[in-house]
Amino acid sequence: MQNMKLKLKIWKQRDASSRGRFVTYDLDGVSPEMSFVEMLAYLNEKLVLKGDEPVTFEHDCHEGICGSCGMYINGYPHGPVKGLTTCLLSMRYFKDGETIVIEPWRAKSFPVIKDLMVDRSAFDKIQQAGGFISVAVGAAPEANTIPVRKHSSDLAFDASVCIGCGACVAACKNASAMLFVSAKVSQYALLPQGRPEAKERVRDMIAEMDKQGFGSCSNTGACEAQCPKQIKLFNIARLNREYIKAL
Amino acid sequence: MVTLNSKIPEGPLEEKWTKYKANARRVNPANKKKLDIIVVGTGISGAPAASALGELGYNVKVFCYQDTPRRAHSVAAQGGINAAKNYKNDGDSVYQLFYDIIKGGDFRAREANVYRIAEVSNQIIDHFTAIGVPFAREYGGTLTTRSFGGVQVSRTFYSRGQTGQQVLLGAYSSLSRQVKEGTVTMYPRRDMLDLVVVDGKARGIIARNLVTGAIERHSAHAVVLATGGYGTIYYLSTLAVNSNASAAWKAYKKGALFANPSFVQIHPSSVPQMNEFQSKLTLMSESLRNDGRVWVPKNKGDKRPANEIPEEDRDYYLERRYPAFGNLVPRDVASRAAKERCDAGYGVGPTGLAVNLDFRDAIKKQGKKAIEAKYGNLFEMYKDITGIDSYEEPMRIYPAGHYTMGGLWVDYELMTTIPGLFAIGEANFSDHGANRLGASSLMQGAGDGYFILPYTITNFLAPEIRTPRIKTDLPEFDEAEKNAVENINRLMSVGGTETASSFHKRLGKIMWDHCGMSRNEQGLLEARRMIRELREEFWKELKVPGKTDEVNQELEKAIRMADFLELGELMVLDALNRKESCGAHFREESQTPDGEAQRIDEQYAYVAAWEYNGENEPVLNREPLNFEFVELKQRSYK
Repeated sequence: MQNMKLKLKIWKQRDASSRGRFVTYDLDGVSPEMSFVEMLAYLNEKLVLKGDEPVTFEHDCHEGICGSCGMYINGYPHGPVKGLTTCLLSMRYFKDGETIVIEPWRAKSFPVIKDLMVDRSAFDKIQQAGGFISVAVGAAPEANTIPVRKHSSDLAFDASVCIGCGACVAACKNASAMLFVSAKVSQYALLPQGRPEAKERVRDMIAEMDKQGFGSCSNTGACEAQCPKQIKLFNIARLNREYIKAL
Repeated sequence: MVTLNSKIPEGPLEEKWTKYKANARRVNPANKKKLDIIVVGTGISGAPAASALGELGYNVKVFCYQDTPRRAHSVAAQGGINAAKNYKNDGDSVYQLFYDIIKGGDFRAREANVYRIAEVSNQIIDHFTAIGVPFAREYGGTLTTRSFGGVQVSRTFYSRGQTGQQVLLGAYSSLSRQVKEGTVTMYPRRDMLDLVVVDGKARGIIARNLVTGAIERHSAHAVVLATGGYGTIYYLSTLAVNSNASAAWKAYKKGALFANPSFVQIHPSSVPQMNEFQSKLTLMSESLRNDGRVWVPKNKGDKRPANEIPEEDRDYYLERRYPAFGNLVPRDVASRAAKERCDAGYGVGPTGLAVNLDFRDAIKKQGKKAIEAKYGNLFEMYKDITGIDSYEEPMRIYPAGHYTMGGLWVDYELMTTIPGLFAIGEANFSDHGANRLGASSLMQGAGDGYFILPYTITNFLAPEIRTPRIKTDLPEFDEAEKNAVENINRLMSVGGTETASSFHKRLGKIMWDHCGMSRNEQGLLEARRMIRELREEFWKELKVPGKTDEVNQELEKAIRMADFLELGELMVLDALNRKESCGAHFREESQTPDGEAQRIDEQYAYVAAWEYNGENEPVLNREPLNFEFVELKQRSYK
């Protein structure tokens, strides 16, 4: 098996109030079959055994669905390959001898906790503001009582696959959360079950988004380009329509 | 020994749950506010339980190790969720679903519990649909279903290949609503370190704040564990890498019984291991077996690329051995059949530890588009990991540790042997017997959380309405916190030369080799010796860097690892004790002439509920399984 030697420039930061800096690590013996997070775990294993401090980063499911992982890799959220989370990014996309620059999400609303780990609880706050349909357990009608146009249901599904990783915010020069919010608003707006609260939902979620300090939409589409789940920009258009209707 | 009372209501099977609900004690709405409930875990059992209890008006505190409840590993469930709707008019019913689960579990589950989960299955689909889960639909606007292994009806509701994500996010949205309402308080980034028992009742937990390292005390009138399974004990598994057994293990050491710990489902289709650095095996949904055909070359060592092997040189061994169910046999059967072929030298791929899952015929018949619509994201994920396009050549798959049927022993009310401590979802042992059928885990988790626990917990809580808020300065909290801190300090001070992960890899290998898909007495005895040695070595050679009062992911791993090293031995002990084969537990000494699992009902038709006994060997408590409504049969899928 081919071995790769890499130079890793990784952002190290003790906590939110400390100053961070880049630390360079030379890493030998990387296999092209590793995923990016396995490569970092391999680095950490070596650091721990040497008595150095490992790099703090988040990862969990390793199949691109939990949304834990996420870091800038050579300037791109989740790295240079389209449609992949960091955990599914294979090292075969990198070259032997390459220098890889790794940074945490940079956004005021996502403060750094340590190294590459950031606080994304602002997303939870937005969800809590209105990202739900208020039907209590026990109150639901029989599932087939309300037919849903397949096309609408499919579009709702396409929006609902958001994993809440924050790459859209990280990619945006305004650190806007519009793609994230639009995905949730769209999912519910497209389903008849979501219509009764559509107005309150979009108003409350947008208000919370602003309160959490996310910027305005930059209209550059960087969010769509970097979304590992390839959530489409037209959801933002729908968000704007829903918002105007709700005013 | 404890006296096990499963509290199964009297009466005919189909009336038990209705009767139970009619007779259960109630808590009046004004009193609910005064009662605190802790829920640990926010997966497809914990999030529903927390939101349902919040909606009822209880004061709920929810804990998870992730940064947000939406990341619990239920999010990764792929194929679907079962319900007895009979939308396909193919003869499904509550009884049929019940029977399939009992049979699929190889007659090692409790009839009453299983019937109840089948009964509530339809409500789960109604509820998820109402809260905006986009299940797949027909053009007429109604919901559609697909088939899953081990059954002959189509009852699995799904959202492409990411049903778990969709239902979990649905549950998370309801949980978020309750946070807004103020009935639920979220405590993310917390690891539960211990359970606090006061006067014999579960009254709180000790948790570590994973950001600050602070050791926290949290009290409640009742504690619900929804902490999932322990499949990560194999190191390589389909679980999230941080999934762990610690909460359940701590409950066990505080007196809750651990039932059938050796019942572990090895899922037949995961992406095979590719290199030694791999930390996870990615699942490829069972739903793929609806359209994919499993095969290996007929000739040993046939190294031709799969597409160049002609039809007559292929062995579709599942279709050959099990003509009635074909590629849709239950998971335990499919896994063992794959192992059998690979052990016999017919495996494919660079390691020989893989079989083909081929979509060629399905694509020819239905077109690439139809296959893409059903499994698009799975094909993509497979390509991301392996670089192979499965529209063009077969996937390679191999079994991997996946789901634990074993778990904390609970009665019909989902309460453990510690009053006030409940276990729901995968964390308990109750519904799947010795093998779980596909798409039943989301069903059981959500059913426990939404529709069962909210009813059963009132029997415990009704007499508690006069109990004031539990104080956290009680000596029991002091003691539990002291033990937790001492454990951490002990781990930090070992000062050895090996990381927690390296111990995890070694334990995983022992468990996989000796307590995995196939077990025998000699191997299990060997495993027990090896685990004991490894545990000793762990406490001499472990190295944990950093400090305790900051983010310290190595410390988190070490804490979980110490528990795995104890749990592993209990799994082995349980596997040793059960000298029969049943479901996923395959004892080589007990098989039929054609290599299928051979149960020994006269001796082993019981739940093995293990009781912690300090440094001594755990005590075995037996809950006999009485089958009043189904006839015990040798399971056959032929």
